[in-house]
Amino acid sequence: MASHDFITPAKMARGLGSAKTGTETHIRQRVSAIALIFLVPWFVYSIIHAMGGDLAEAQAWAAKPWNAILLILTAGAAFFHMRIGMQVIIEDYIAKSGTKSALLILNSFACIALFVTVALSVLKIWIGAGA
Amino acid sequence: MTSTSRADPRPLSPHLQIWRFHITMASSITHRITGTALYFGTFLITAWIVALATNAEWYSVIETVISAWYGQVILFLWAVAVLFHFANGIRHLLWDGPHIGFEPKTASTVSVFIYLFAILGAAAIFAATTWL
Repeated sequence: MASHDFITPAKMARGLGSAKTGTETHIRQRVSAIALIFLVPWFVYSIIHAMGGDLAEAQAWAAKPWNAILLILTAGAAFFHMRIGMQVIIEDYIAKSGTKSALLILNSFACIALFVTVALSVLKIWIGAGA
Repeated sequence: MTSTSRADPRPLSPHLQIWRFHITMASSITHRITGTALYFGTFLITAWIVALATNAEWYSVIETVISAWYGQVILFLWAVAVLFHFANGIRHLLWDGPHIGFEPKTASTVSVFIYLFAILGAAAIFAATTWL
């Protein structure tokens, strides 16, 4: 211990891993989690009803303005949240830097592509219903 | 600081093989597993919404899958994963924000309740949608 007395905390921490953007990711993951606390119960309840009916009923449900808005918000929060979650898992378990980078890029692309796909599908149903 | 020399001096996570099982460890791992399951589950939900926006042919394919036994199994596991990740996620927020539930006994008890909530909750949802 004595030999460390004159070393500043910054010197002890430097070079031992990232201390750049971790806090931001931590907060983002929690803020999206708070959004999902409200959105997920609505989504689970709604999707059970929508799946119970036929195509026309499910489309009529998705075409209602509030449902369309909440669907896109749920998709946004969920894909945002799961992108960070998968990023952390990849960073934890994949040590090889090339593979890690490839998977991180794939994760980002997948989440963004899924969000755009859901958002456009909902918009199509909404506009198609003449809203 | 230890004297063992490693190329990468960052601290290592304890290895699973030398850890005694405890319920909070299990719920932590389950949080990751359910998170990953939900990640791939969104691919299926996206397929359902795309079918909703495209045509009746695709939608009937998805309806067939949902009503088949394997579709029901996937839906049940999805419900378990959602409920677990939801409840355990709220616990994470309580840990991080107001620092509630850190005592080992409380944490273990809450873990058991989250497992029960996830499984019984999914069973209740299935019972409700089948018989109501």
